[in-house]
Amino acid sequence: MIGPSSSHTAGAVKVGYLARSIFKDKLNKADIHLHGSFARTFKGHGTDRALVGGLLGFKPDDERIRNSLQIAKERNVEIDFNLSDLRGVHPNTAKLDLVGENKEMSIIGSSIGGSRIKIIQIDDYEVDFSGEMPTLWVLHKDEPGEIGIITSILGNYKLNIARMVVFRNKKGEVGSAIIELDHKVNDYVISNLENMDDIYQVRYVEPF
Amino acid sequence: MHYNRIENLIDKAVQDDIKISQIVIEEEIEERETTRTAVIEKMNENLNVMKESIKEGLKKDHTSASGLTGGEALTMQNSDNILGGNLYRDVVVKALAVSEINACMGKVVAGPTAGASGIVPAVLLSLAEKYDIEDEKIIKALFTAGGLGEIVSKKATLAGAEGGCQAECGVGSAMAAGAAVDLMGGTPEQVGDAFALALKNLLGLVCDPVAGLVEVPCVKRNGFAASHALTAVNMALSGIGSVIPPDEVIEAMMEVGDLMSVSLKETSEAGLATTETGRKIAEDLKDI
Repeated sequence: MIGPSSSHTAGAVKVGYLARSIFKDKLNKADIHLHGSFARTFKGHGTDRALVGGLLGFKPDDERIRNSLQIAKERNVEIDFNLSDLRGVHPNTAKLDLVGENKEMSIIGSSIGGSRIKIIQIDDYEVDFSGEMPTLWVLHKDEPGEIGIITSILGNYKLNIARMVVFRNKKGEVGSAIIELDHKVNDYVISNLENMDDIYQVRYVEPF
Repeated sequence: MHYNRIENLIDKAVQDDIKISQIVIEEEIEERETTRTAVIEKMNENLNVMKESIKEGLKKDHTSASGLTGGEALTMQNSDNILGGNLYRDVVVKALAVSEINACMGKVVAGPTAGASGIVPAVLLSLAEKYDIEDEKIIKALFTAGGLGEIVSKKATLAGAEGGCQAECGVGSAMAAGAAVDLMGGTPEQVGDAFALALKNLLGLVCDPVAGLVEVPCVKRNGFAASHALTAVNMALSGIGSVIPPDEVIEAMMEVGDLMSVSLKETSEAGLATTETGRKIAEDLKDI
């Protein structure tokens, strides 16, 4: 990895990178809110450059991280930093408010040490995943049998579920499922899921 | 790795009459569903990055953006007045070298973290040089270090922002001590003792970096923590055990971390960061 801090640099790159993968749209603007230790030491630890580097698609050992703020400018991505108190979260946490061509998304991620991270919120959905395993995030209709349909499709492709977190804000509306798998997921599995009537959105991230 | 306690790693190693590194390697093969060759090759890449970072750190021409770091390793390497012998000098010099490169945003292996990345390579590679130990054995010892670190990350934390520097340089020193005992042919129990001894003695270490940079006191502290590991290795190999077992030391570290004020956990709001000089440096660097 590129120094100087595994939590504040490498972890921050991962948060940015995963946010980019989940957002998936072309990024025009990112409002980055830094909390706790991130807010206090971000310049010295290169957290600003790391988060932006991740958003630009750089991985933790990419030497372009050092110049990511400049590269963002060249790519016409507007970046704004704010210091925030996000309450009740890990001391190394950032909230990324992303604006693209057609949509906006807010993602909160924490860097929990030794370059391990956790994405804890996407828009209004509480989630919990590390990006250390192939991970699917599926938004689906909240109704009986829906989880069964998703897991059956995965089972048909011999994909074993290691961990699963389901969440919904309101009964009968949209459910969110985080599914961590033992194996990588092919595009046709994702298309298969996306083509189901009651599945609204599928996002997939792979470990690096 | 499915082990959550160092005690269980030691028991398994004793029971099967194998090294701890072998258990960690086998767990890695199973978890990643890959081959032994692939797992070893991946660690070999890490070893190469470690060697490269030491080499880079001993070159003349690097200074961190703040100007606070650069050249320390070389200064000590070139000094004629180092007490304590060549091994001691090597350990400190190598730890400084890696840590300097980290401060300059160079490439390092984060183990347990980037801020504490100098300790494990310094201890293992200095011993390997002195006793002419081949890479294959160093790689195995790195798995021991990794296994010990992973258990800390599961049971407690490796984040300075959560546990203070005891969770970074403290754990780095403990990982290096345990791995070095494994490298030098110590028993699995001695690996646990060296780990526990090193970590115990760094409990309470705060994270108070000047100007929020991973430089002061971090770079030199890597040198201290590496020589500290060497003391733990010598105690353990000579048969001195740790009264408090390693897993309980990890629990104690987490408790101390929880009790530590947030101002001393990577926020630069107290300690060295807010000394007169610390504040002045932060003020001078504001616009960099």
